[in-house]
Amino acid sequence: MSPSVRSSRLPNPLSNPLRLTTFASPVRFHALTGALLPWLWAVCLLLGAAGLYIGFFVAPTDATQGDSYRIIFIHVPAAWMSMLLYLMMAGWAAIGWAFNARLASMLARAIAPTGAMFTFMALWTGALWGKPTWGTWWVWDARLTSELILLFLYFGYMALVAAIDDPRRADQAGALVAIVGAVNVPIIYFSVKWWNTLHQGATISMTAAPKMASTMLTAMLLMTFAFWAYAFAVVFTRTRAIVLERERHTDWVGALVTRRPGEQR
Amino acid sequence: MNWSSAGEFFAMGGYGVYVWGSYGVAAAAMLIDAAYAAARQRRALADARREIDDEREEAVR
Repeated sequence: MSPSVRSSRLPNPLSNPLRLTTFASPVRFHALTGALLPWLWAVCLLLGAAGLYIGFFVAPTDATQGDSYRIIFIHVPAAWMSMLLYLMMAGWAAIGWAFNARLASMLARAIAPTGAMFTFMALWTGALWGKPTWGTWWVWDARLTSELILLFLYFGYMALVAAIDDPRRADQAGALVAIVGAVNVPIIYFSVKWWNTLHQGATISMTAAPKMASTMLTAMLLMTFAFWAYAFAVVFTRTRAIVLERERHTDWVGALVTRRPGEQR
Repeated sequence: MNWSSAGEFFAMGGYGVYVWGSYGVAAAAMLIDAAYAAARQRRALADARREIDDEREEAVR
């Protein structure tokens, strides 16, 4: 076969003994996520199809809001994801900074665009739900304003890490912004309690019985898990790209891209 | 079953614009995000491969 300047044999990264830090290695992360991706997409599509079916065909029309309430099946999951992904991003950025863990910083970068996308989705669907129910697309109440700030925090983080040439310095600067901005997440979450907002209170509480019909709740939770699977799939795909971009000069990437067709990637 | 016809389904009890405007834009946003991530992955692989090929050519020379 073709002569190679680099070895084209790699030990199977998944056959090594597992430790807590096993997947902190970009090589192993790349192999593991490559195997996981088709399953994540399958789970996302299945749960999404089930959630939409129950949301549109099984859950009844709401007595007061009519069918406009069906926006809830993506609005609430998107809002949850926007906050959760921000905390994940800040957490991985902090770990990458504190322990000098490259992969953690790459994960933080990979989460940001998907987090911003879900934040936009929460704001957009909220506006289209607000118009028929409140009579307005937008109000500057605490919940809506703090969610908009979340979108700007994502943009700020992405702009900052893109503006600094040295990747590790960019990671550190980004981590600082992400961690400071994390203060906004509890503000969003508790805003409907702390202030008198036009936005309604929490949809689901851990301590009280659900206030909505169980089919509605089922559809919303299915969509939430579908969004989870989606977020894992897209974030892993983007992390794999970042890993390859940064580790392009290493032997393992060399071996990866020179494997013969038919071999597992 | 909530709907007796496709027309009724798309009308969403008069809220069609709001409901489908939400779902349509949400689906588009998810597709765009996923497509950009996949394109970036393909580009990263292609760039790495090109770099190896260049190295090989130099090694042959």
